[in-house]
Amino acid sequence: MEIFEFFRRDRWPHMFCPGCGNGIVMNCIQRAFSDAEINIDRTVFVSGIGCSSRIPGYISADSLHTLHGRAIAFATGVKLGNPDLEVIVITGDGDLGAIGGNHFINACRRNMDLTVICINNSIYGMTGGQVSTGTPHGFKSSTTPKGNPEYPFDFSAMAATLGANFVARWTVAHVKQLTKSIKLAIEKDGFSFVEVISPCPTYFGRQNKMGDPIKLYRWIKENSVRIEKMKEESCINVDEKITIGIFRDADRKSYLGRGNENRC
Amino acid sequence: MREDFLHGDEAIVEGALAAGCSFFAGYPITPSTEVLEYMARRLPEVGGVFIQMEDELASIAAAIGASWTGRKAMTATSGPGFSLMQEGIGYAIMSETPVVILDVQRGGPSTGQPTIASQGDIMQARWGSHGDYSIIALAPNSVQECFDLTIEAFNLSETYRTPVILLTDAEINHMMEKLIIRDDFEIRERICFPKGRVLFPFEAKEVPPFPVFGRGNRVHVTGLAHNISGYPATIDPKAFEDLITRIINKIELNEDKICKSEVVNPDADLIIVAFGLPSRAALEVVKNDSRIGLFRPITLWPFPGKDLMRIAEGKKILVLEMNAGQIVREIERFAGRKNVRLFSKLGGVVHRPAEIMETIKKWGVL
Repeated sequence: MEIFEFFRRDRWPHMFCPGCGNGIVMNCIQRAFSDAEINIDRTVFVSGIGCSSRIPGYISADSLHTLHGRAIAFATGVKLGNPDLEVIVITGDGDLGAIGGNHFINACRRNMDLTVICINNSIYGMTGGQVSTGTPHGFKSSTTPKGNPEYPFDFSAMAATLGANFVARWTVAHVKQLTKSIKLAIEKDGFSFVEVISPCPTYFGRQNKMGDPIKLYRWIKENSVRIEKMKEESCINVDEKITIGIFRDADRKSYLGRGNENRC
Repeated sequence: MREDFLHGDEAIVEGALAAGCSFFAGYPITPSTEVLEYMARRLPEVGGVFIQMEDELASIAAAIGASWTGRKAMTATSGPGFSLMQEGIGYAIMSETPVVILDVQRGGPSTGQPTIASQGDIMQARWGSHGDYSIIALAPNSVQECFDLTIEAFNLSETYRTPVILLTDAEINHMMEKLIIRDDFEIRERICFPKGRVLFPFEAKEVPPFPVFGRGNRVHVTGLAHNISGYPATIDPKAFEDLITRIINKIELNEDKICKSEVVNPDADLIIVAFGLPSRAALEVVKNDSRIGLFRPITLWPFPGKDLMRIAEGKKILVLEMNAGQIVREIERFAGRKNVRLFSKLGGVVHRPAEIMETIKKWGVL
């Protein structure tokens, strides 16, 4: 599908800061969409609240911009309401990991037929730079001025453990791999989860001496390690290393899948 | 026409199915769990979709999501769950999503009295979500009305593109009574946009047509303040005022069509106002004393104040509530404080007819 048809041109320019990774992810979604040859009129984009959740507003499709944390719950209703629709959730680390954590883990467990793209920028961007469940240990935010005393969630390892059928994590420095994974995620039955490590120079970068987008971009790229090369378990932002790659590609029976006769 | 003998819970489920409900998402909570269980059994039988979600936040979210695929959707809960659902109700109001919410009231606040009837959520039903809006809430007082008003709730929800709240209580839901199912009840369907692009989905004087997902309408739906294109317009005072005024007016300007009430002995000297469970006791009183009349609001929100004043102008009004006094404030707004007295019952105890008579005698207005 052609790029100018994919986006709502009457809403340009978008609201994202210079150096934000959201534009790269939007681009990858559009390419994956074109490659997968999906009918956009049979697709619904669902999101919660946050910077990444504003992306559906720029895509020329049916889009449901919902409540903070609840995107997956709304999306579950859309998918069950009309299983013929392709339902794609776009969310962030703040939306998915904290306020929406319960919906995330339960959708994984159900293997609900959704594709969830989580743009993890390690911070609450929309509200101005507070610590999130994606903020690495020791890094500063406006609510952890001495450095984050907590450890972040490893969303992809969680999703894989919780029963999602397809799980991949890439960074905005891996657009080819990311595009391919989004396509695979859309095509896969059951719960698919694609996490993208993305720069927020404005709020994460500036508070951590990486306000220059190039510097932050380089930090992300240089610290990512392919999952095949990891000696031990996957990790994220522990010792500043980010595991990337395909975490899980399984064919567990999905919620709506043929053969799941028990569902109501 | 057929006759049945059912629980209030079952009557609500059967009413929902009769109205065309084909999606239910819920979470177990006393005393509304039976509705969840009946739905789990009944919906698949009629080709509908049932899912038990992880909490009440998710339940109303899923119901709203399903509504956007064109389905008539419902959820059911009680006090604590109703509190959680307020964010979803606010979203349904702002996005103009038809959805029916059953709140089987129990004693509160907090976990309160899980198994005991109450009328403590009247004001929460009206004002529970933040911001300015109007809402429709109905209060059945019998198994028959559990059925009839559930159909009515769906009809109003579809007609006005708004969440509609059914306010029952533990007693109404768990009593068994005769139910007459007529064949001629009216079912209203949602007015939807045809296939193809829709540029101004929220352009309307009152209620815009509904853009069903999957038909190429390509509509953006948001809980943010939005313009007639559906796009966020959060710092435009005019767009916000237009939107909120329309959302309020589509209900308030149609209150004559929406509001229902029951009147007994309209020429009486004293009027009892009661709804839900206590209205059954009030009915016993007015049947035996023509000096006392009954005004029973069936629609609690918008409150049928004009209908009340038609029979109660200048008269004394005794209000019965199973709470510390909620709807009484609305009645005082219409009738003035000096004419109105509250007989409140807390703890789940219903007013007995003898007690009501005693209260009237003590007041000395007859």
